[in-house]
Amino acid sequence: MTKHEIEITVNGRKRRLTVKPNDLLLNVIREDLVLTGTKYGCGIGECAACTVLMEGKPVLACMILAVAAHGKNITTIEGLADGDKLVPVQQAFIDHGAIQCGFCTPGMVLTSHALLNENPDPSEEEIRDYLRGNYCRCTGYTAIVKAVQSCAKKNQ
Amino acid sequence: MSAMFKLVGKPAPRHDAWAKAKGDQLYSDDFTMPGMLYGKALRSKYPAAIIKSIDTSKAKALPGVHAVLTAKDVPMNVEISKFGQMKDVGGGFEGLYKVLADGKVRFKGEAIALVAAETEELAEEACRLIEVDYEVQPGVFDPEEALKPGAYIVSSDEGENESNLIMESHINKGDVEKAFAEADVIVENEYRVPPVDHAYLETEGGVAWVDDNGVITMRVGTQVLEHYRTIAKVMGLPQNKVRNMSVPMGGGFGGKEDITVETFLCLLANATKRPVKMVWSREESLEVHSKRHPEILRYKTAATKDGKITAQKVEIIMDGGGYKLLTGWVQMYSTVNAPGCYNIPNVKVDSYSALTNNTPSSANRGFGCCQANFASELQMDELAAKLGMSPLEIRLKNCLRNGDEICTGFIPQGHIALEEIAKKAWEGLEATGPKPDYVDGKKIGRGLAIGMMSYGRLTFMHDSSRVGLRIELDGSVTLRAGVPDLGGGQASVLCQIVAEELGIPMEKVHPYIMDTHLTPLCGTTTATRQLYMSGNAALVTVKVLKERIIKKAAEMLDAKPEEVQLINEKACLINNPLKSVPFVQVVGALSNDGVELFHEGQFNAPFTDVPNLHDMKGRIWPDFTYSAHAVEVAVDEETGKFEVRKVVLCYDVGKAINKNSCEGQLEGGCVYNQGYVTENMGWENGITKARSFAEYLIPTAVDAPEIETIMVESGGGLGPYGAKGVGEPADNSIAPAIVNAIYDAVGVRLKEMPVTPEKLLKAIQEKNK
Repeated sequence: MTKHEIEITVNGRKRRLTVKPNDLLLNVIREDLVLTGTKYGCGIGECAACTVLMEGKPVLACMILAVAAHGKNITTIEGLADGDKLVPVQQAFIDHGAIQCGFCTPGMVLTSHALLNENPDPSEEEIRDYLRGNYCRCTGYTAIVKAVQSCAKKNQ
Repeated sequence: MSAMFKLVGKPAPRHDAWAKAKGDQLYSDDFTMPGMLYGKALRSKYPAAIIKSIDTSKAKALPGVHAVLTAKDVPMNVEISKFGQMKDVGGGFEGLYKVLADGKVRFKGEAIALVAAETEELAEEACRLIEVDYEVQPGVFDPEEALKPGAYIVSSDEGENESNLIMESHINKGDVEKAFAEADVIVENEYRVPPVDHAYLETEGGVAWVDDNGVITMRVGTQVLEHYRTIAKVMGLPQNKVRNMSVPMGGGFGGKEDITVETFLCLLANATKRPVKMVWSREESLEVHSKRHPEILRYKTAATKDGKITAQKVEIIMDGGGYKLLTGWVQMYSTVNAPGCYNIPNVKVDSYSALTNNTPSSANRGFGCCQANFASELQMDELAAKLGMSPLEIRLKNCLRNGDEICTGFIPQGHIALEEIAKKAWEGLEATGPKPDYVDGKKIGRGLAIGMMSYGRLTFMHDSSRVGLRIELDGSVTLRAGVPDLGGGQASVLCQIVAEELGIPMEKVHPYIMDTHLTPLCGTTTATRQLYMSGNAALVTVKVLKERIIKKAAEMLDAKPEEVQLINEKACLINNPLKSVPFVQVVGALSNDGVELFHEGQFNAPFTDVPNLHDMKGRIWPDFTYSAHAVEVAVDEETGKFEVRKVVLCYDVGKAINKNSCEGQLEGGCVYNQGYVTENMGWENGITKARSFAEYLIPTAVDAPEIETIMVESGGGLGPYGAKGVGEPADNSIAPAIVNAIYDAVGVRLKEMPVTPEKLLKAIQEKNK
């Protein structure tokens, strides 16, 4: 199979990679870059456990070919905090008990972070709607929604 | 009393929350090792077939393939599994566990062969090259058909009956026939409940290798570390040569209670002497791991005209699927909970479970209880409707109260708060405002259901748990516990209890968990038992060390031990907190004296004998947790679609040790079994139609309702500080509350789940004819 050279910026660092044309971005992130915070949950874009930010927008890494990410800027969950300095929504997830098994958390946190960047003052309905693609089987979503709400500008 | 707590009762962030928030937490698929191979299982194409021959030669010849194994390569392929319990209970409870199919295939997707290869693609290719000659059999897919004489026999294995009956169990209390003869009203209904997938976001997986001392070692997320004993038997090894250095699970819900990848990985690692990883695809997970038991429940209820129930007669047929697994135990829960959480003088329950060629049924959050609760709570509303009573009235008239006995004659020791919580949930919903007839063109309805479910394992299993503590010389504490953490905060709460007792901050207690060679065995993270069992074990253990510390501190403070308390990292006089000595100094003094700064303690649950299954009597579980859900739904009468708008749930949690965790369990359980009403595996003659998350639809953030959680803290539980367990009871009464609310909205009660828009629309149209 022909191999492709791609260059992606992951968590602020330029990475040159050789990938197969059918390699998924998810596998490249998890296996080649060993950033295992991005999760496999369903493989067909239904659960959003594999969410990463591409140019600041949440995308599903299991639905994107690695070659399609060439030249893009990608943030995985490992790149969100600045060392131990968490972004507000990460801290809010911890404080509100919005993390149980934690498997959906990377995707949830990244999606919530993107929402707050797009819309600093989301209503409960807007939060639920924005997170509708992110499955969580543990929390019933209540604590997650509350955590995101607590980061809304009006609640600061 | 509660004012004295520093940590207990607070919404404490868990020790692992930071790693999880940052994506640093490693799960079963997040490890790689040098030279690691990939494992894959070849699975049966048919739900019922005889394997005539298997030819693995082409697969073995494929370059890059290191092992191809079939049943004949497994040292002990068939084993009667103890599922982690300490006691041989016999009586048909222990389930036959088979590693790889031989002879008969019993369900579609049953593993037939295992492959280890250098890449996942090669492993898949090798599976395709294995030739299996099947003789397809008719199979049997309905448990009632399976129990008829002349039915297709699912099993061909020694040690199992020559019929498909797994177990029968009976309760006989009073005289139901006399009560029916004297009844003012009789209500008779049949209910059907479907299989449910756990749909944890993390599928089953892990890594195994043989270490330099010949120990087969795994990193597999499991709810039952004690499976290492079964794995040792399968491998023909002593138990101390098998080790699971387990990892936190990305959800469990009972689906990681049976063995999943463990034996496959160990066999492949042993055969290749290289590390092997196996992770199941979502499709595999949906098709092959065990589901919640589908059941048929037939109810006949007698009552007086003022609503007092005089008799409840229930027949239950359970579909166990292709293997027994935990069916016998699940059946105990369905059988004893069949009459509902009510004080009924005359009860007869007859339960039967059957092998079929469906995917095996086993543990799923609720464990047989939520099936019976669904049926009994619909039956209550049917009775209420017939008598012209309100759902709350009929429940208050009949619910169990302190001192009442359940259907086996056992009187629960723990506090029974059903009356209080039923009122609080219903009044909580009413307080949100009067019920509108319509919202956005949709018909509004409100419903109520209550329930009870045990916490702690069946008492005839003689359950126990152990926790180890070591106080370090700087005053920090290392906690060792073989407590599988599936996300409920099972490990963190132990730290909270220890920190509370020693008067130190929670972050000073570091948990090392889940390693069968190093951690004291805590028993299974199942049966809503970890807080109750391991919480008590932590308390027993820390109290031994606390006594040593206080004794020494008293000496140092020139006081009596009973005058000293541990608080804010100090030992001080209760009456004069200024007279104190730092905790770390007391620890140092004890070390100088040569006093042991470590301890491992054990907690035992109450023990009983195995009940007579033809006439079950007495204590079956330690205690119960009581639930109430009040629900508002909106039904679109044109399409049959419905949404759950609001839920007010109320539980007596005994004591909420970690408020966030406790609330999180109640909310999570609520939405988990909101899904029970609609989730659809689409089983047809042993074939699973829902093979992806595009077909198996679980509730999303938009589907989940606004939830108001009311926690009553009676202190009347058997756990630490009077806590009760909530993990499984959390999903108990929501599903019937939703279906009862739909009835309130549109006047039809669907007695079979899943409630699909098609079924609901048809029922609405038939009613309106």
